[in-house]
Amino acid sequence: MSAVDKAVPRRDARSISEIVNDERFRSIFYQIIVAVAVIWTAQYLITNTAENLQARGMSTGFEFLSSTAGFSIAWSIIDYEAGDTYFHVYLVGIANTLIVSFFAIIATTLLGFVVGVMRLSSNFVVAQIASAYVEVMRNVPLLLHILFWFTLSSALPSPKQSLGWLDSFFLNNRGLYVPAPVPGDGFDIVIIMVLIGIAVAYGVTVWATKRQMATGQRFPAFWTGVGLVVGLPLLAFFALGAPLTFDYPALKGFNFQGGADVPRAFCALLFALVLYHTVFMAEAVRAGILSVSHGQTEASYSLGLKPSWTLRLVVIPQAMRAVVPPMISNWMNVVKNSSLAIAIGYPDLVAVFMQTSLNQSGHAIEIVAMVMLFYMTVSLTISAALNYYNKLVQIKER
Amino acid sequence: MSLDTQLPDDGVHVASAISDEVVIELASVNKWFGEFHVLKDINLSVNKGERIVICGPSGSGKSTMIRCINRLEEHQAGDIIVNGTEMGTNIKNIDAIRRNVGMVFQQFNLFPHLTVLENCTLAPIWVKNMPKAEAEKIAMQYLERVKIPEQAAKYPGQLSGGQQQRVAIARSLCMSPTIMLFDEPTSALDPEMISEVLDVMVGLAESGMTMLVVTHEMGFAKRVADRVIFMDQGEIVEQNTPDEFFTNPKSDRTKLFLSQILAH
Repeated sequence: MSAVDKAVPRRDARSISEIVNDERFRSIFYQIIVAVAVIWTAQYLITNTAENLQARGMSTGFEFLSSTAGFSIAWSIIDYEAGDTYFHVYLVGIANTLIVSFFAIIATTLLGFVVGVMRLSSNFVVAQIASAYVEVMRNVPLLLHILFWFTLSSALPSPKQSLGWLDSFFLNNRGLYVPAPVPGDGFDIVIIMVLIGIAVAYGVTVWATKRQMATGQRFPAFWTGVGLVVGLPLLAFFALGAPLTFDYPALKGFNFQGGADVPRAFCALLFALVLYHTVFMAEAVRAGILSVSHGQTEASYSLGLKPSWTLRLVVIPQAMRAVVPPMISNWMNVVKNSSLAIAIGYPDLVAVFMQTSLNQSGHAIEIVAMVMLFYMTVSLTISAALNYYNKLVQIKER
Repeated sequence: MSLDTQLPDDGVHVASAISDEVVIELASVNKWFGEFHVLKDINLSVNKGERIVICGPSGSGKSTMIRCINRLEEHQAGDIIVNGTEMGTNIKNIDAIRRNVGMVFQQFNLFPHLTVLENCTLAPIWVKNMPKAEAEKIAMQYLERVKIPEQAAKYPGQLSGGQQQRVAIARSLCMSPTIMLFDEPTSALDPEMISEVLDVMVGLAESGMTMLVVTHEMGFAKRVADRVIFMDQGEIVEQNTPDEFFTNPKSDRTKLFLSQILAH
């Protein structure tokens, strides 16, 4: 056979080995196998579950949501009574989960930035304190954190020996008692003033940026904004004769009456979530800032930009690319890990719905699905929002 | 003598424009990195309009010396006076000096999150309180001068190394500095891009800018420098006019260095 014959491609007659060794064929072949396996497994699980439920005479469906739950919940931020429906219990659980997650995420993000920047400080003591914090906190399981703070809080004094501050804040082994604000006549005007202040401050910022671009003159937009948001409502508040009173907690009998109470479990959970998750935020911030090369800072300095402007205009915009993805998972983890509340009896969604409601109603599949739906919705929302932000700050390479 | 260069070795020298005014004064400057004595008693005086090329083996302290002039490095002893302002711990002085001294880096250090135009207008807008339109107009003039106005809307990552370095030069010029420092501006470039950057630097020299250039481009030194400084082990070993420096080096260390870089 001559060399010329060999070089002619034979498209019509491919041998078996040629087909088997073709990378496109292999890729399609494996995809078909995986798809068949997934569909078969899903079908098996669904029919099997349905048969078993039928065999035990268990009903499925969401009708139970409108029937009375009949149990009480230790603490909730939205109104709830034992006569309310299971659906109402679902909402109470969601609200309790969201309120603790909300505060935890805000505190975690702020503290994380502080600790992350501290760890990079050239001040030895500051950097070591931050490092020690990170190493201690992240090497202890979160559940242990929660149990530790909950146990520790039981060592707080009894209500009669409460730790008090200004005769208005009291901390004891039942929880934290704070004054509850009672709005009087015209307080809604103060709230409206806050909103107007925010709107005007936003307008001033836009205007100041435009003016700087047009004339080069700078305007103290930040402090003007602070003045507007704080000043306007304060002015209205005093002009209206201070229409806000407080309901102070007071010791009556064995515990405090009046005011607002935050249960011990909430405090312990929030504390543990914040202490633990701050570490990951701090590490994300540290990694982000380190990812910006020192040359960037030097170039900025050499152009005469001050350190504060360099951080704001050059370093942080670039660092955020690296900070946002881990920040997304951290925020989602805060929400998901708040479900460990069940260990210390904080009535979060998992505790009131997947535990009590499930045991009582027996609608395991529906309830688990609803709880999963909630966590997925929250996680996907956080992820979508931050991914959108991340897209805005991405750097163009080509 | 054949000089390794990207510029034609035609013996042409850019006309000098040196005035009597001293703009940079280094007096007994010393610096240590830990135990390592990186600058030993450096004395240097630079006149307005003077163009100085600094060469020497790696680790000889040449980059460190020019980085002390705008305090990217801190000197530990001695005085540095730039445009009559003393460089020290006074923040106002540091800011004032940095506004007047431009710097071009080996690694370009353009801001990757900003377009070429935004790279050029950032400092004028924030440091000089310049209106955006005016800053952009000036930036476009300098981008034209470095011959890449058509790239203004692109991001640094989309440009070649030579183009990036020319943007970096334009970015510095937008602050209208009176002194320009170049820290090995062509060392990170592919050979075919070196000449486009050197051309821009020659043009800058023709305009009368005071320049301190750390480089091994001896052709550039021959064409542009009023003075060549040779540094070794943290000391200024020899300084002379380029003609004298290349044809009649005095110290053995200079001779050795020149034989090494001109050998191939």
